[in-house]
Amino acid sequence: MLKDHAKIIHAIALSGEVIGRKKLQKMIYIAKKMNFPFQERFQFHFYGPYSEELTLRVEELCNMGFLNEVKEKKGGYYQYRYTLTEDGKEFLGVNNVDMPQLGDCLKDINTQNARFLELVSTILYFDNLPTDEVKEKVQTVKKSQKFTDDEFANAYQYIEMLKNRTSQC
Amino acid sequence: MDYSAEKLNEEKVFKDPVHRYIHVQDQVIWDLVGTKEFQRLRRIKQLGTTFLTFHGAEHSRFNHSLGVYEIVRRIVDTVFVGRPEWNQEDRLLSLCAALLHDLGHGPYSHSFEKVFELDHEYFTKAIILGKTEVNQVLSRISPDFPKKVAEVIDKTYENKLVVSLISSQIDADRMDYLQRDAYYTGVSYGHFDMERILRVMRPREDQVVFKHSGMHAVEDYIMSRYQMYWQVYFHPVTRSAEVILTKILHRAKHLHEQGHAFKHMPLHFYSFFKEDVKLEDYLKLDEGIVLYYFQMWQEEDDEVLRDLCSRFINRNLFKYVEFDPAKEYKKLARLSQLFEEAGIDPEYYLVVDSSSDLPYDFYRPGEEEERLPIHLLMKSGELRELSRESDIVDSISGKRRTDHKLYYPADLIGKNEEIRKLLE
Repeated sequence: MLKDHAKIIHAIALSGEVIGRKKLQKMIYIAKKMNFPFQERFQFHFYGPYSEELTLRVEELCNMGFLNEVKEKKGGYYQYRYTLTEDGKEFLGVNNVDMPQLGDCLKDINTQNARFLELVSTILYFDNLPTDEVKEKVQTVKKSQKFTDDEFANAYQYIEMLKNRTSQC
Repeated sequence: MDYSAEKLNEEKVFKDPVHRYIHVQDQVIWDLVGTKEFQRLRRIKQLGTTFLTFHGAEHSRFNHSLGVYEIVRRIVDTVFVGRPEWNQEDRLLSLCAALLHDLGHGPYSHSFEKVFELDHEYFTKAIILGKTEVNQVLSRISPDFPKKVAEVIDKTYENKLVVSLISSQIDADRMDYLQRDAYYTGVSYGHFDMERILRVMRPREDQVVFKHSGMHAVEDYIMSRYQMYWQVYFHPVTRSAEVILTKILHRAKHLHEQGHAFKHMPLHFYSFFKEDVKLEDYLKLDEGIVLYYFQMWQEEDDEVLRDLCSRFINRNLFKYVEFDPAKEYKKLARLSQLFEEAGIDPEYYLVVDSSSDLPYDFYRPGEEEERLPIHLLMKSGELRELSRESDIVDSISGKRRTDHKLYYPADLIGKNEEIRKLLE
């Protein structure tokens, strides 16, 4: 019961602090694609894979007082920071979540910038396509981002690294 | 004659309680409606278990799909015609995507998807791209046309304007289901001036925007959406039925995994239990089939499955209390223990249901670019996000509302004082 809520709290606890809603979305999506059992369903939206369920769940966790959300003005837009509260820690103590290797995976993803994570998550979204079509598809749906060949190469290398790391668990 | 340009000798119309008439002139649309995959949608209710709360809510995904098609038809055949941002060559693609956008929905799909880890969007794509009658019709337009239709529905098509017609925060899908669900449930919410909204729609390179002069009609739509969520979609009794349905599926799956000898073998479910569902298995399952099994499983030896099915068929639903997970999660652990001591399996009979478990959403102003918001087109040509101009929308989109309920079978608890006290 409330297992799916506990998994999100666990993910944020392991990450320390997550800066940005978009980043949080990408982190959970990438982790899910690495076969960590998150239940939230993602669809492709204007800005890449996005889960309304995850947005709502995070709202619920903030309302419950398990997550702390700080809204701060950043130039022309608002940015949100998420950390675990003491109540959240206590809840997690009662509702144990067992996802070995998730910490390593999320800590690493959390250090990457939003643009890179957008590319990685979009590549993963199209992983059902033949490899040679993926790049073309990403370049079509993310035309304005103008991702370079180097960025693609780095993204593929990063995905491989994550896969290797999670397959060892 | 080019199939994409082929028109029916005479326009066909479907009588419809929401849009009055649904007009079909294109041969391809008529042929798609006649396919067995599209006809299957007649056997899947739009609102799943809501009919157990609002008895009128028996309308199907077939009705809704035609409704979405009709709204898009009105947009592309009237509102957008002659506007430089709109390419008339995208007309048929938009109509086909609108008509087929829900093609992959299965019976009670929200519960099925949760329990068996399915995704109706995956099956929509599979039907459009697979060996199906729908694929045969679409392929007659051009070999790559099915792929384009699937991409529009998947929101990955390159032309975002086409995508936004059926998939954005104010799209034909939502405009149809709000009005249709209001009509069939009989509630007085859900109504808004769609004609006005259509008149103020303007195509832009990658989205549909709305003239500022039509802001109040858009506000009305947002209010309808908000009220329908709380009054219909999040209705606690419907959620109770959904909880029981989900638990039936979990139980049946569990029994299958335990090697239980079903009196009525769940032939249609085997591939679902194995989580290896082929398209042909998926298409065979409709609500009639599911209800047949639920009816028959009332005679199973397994007490839990028997009881849950009987509850669903006879509408003997779980009761509920408001639940605050932050303050009451320890109480929940205690209740769970007491249920076990009383011989009531809490895994099936004590369930927290949260608003995040439901497949509906509110308007979001798109902070941090999570989702593209609704944009108003100002006289100056500038685009402004709706909630920055509308106090009404600002007041309901900025405010968080989440909701949790604890469901339990009041009749099984009987006179267990400690449980009753905790649930009061």
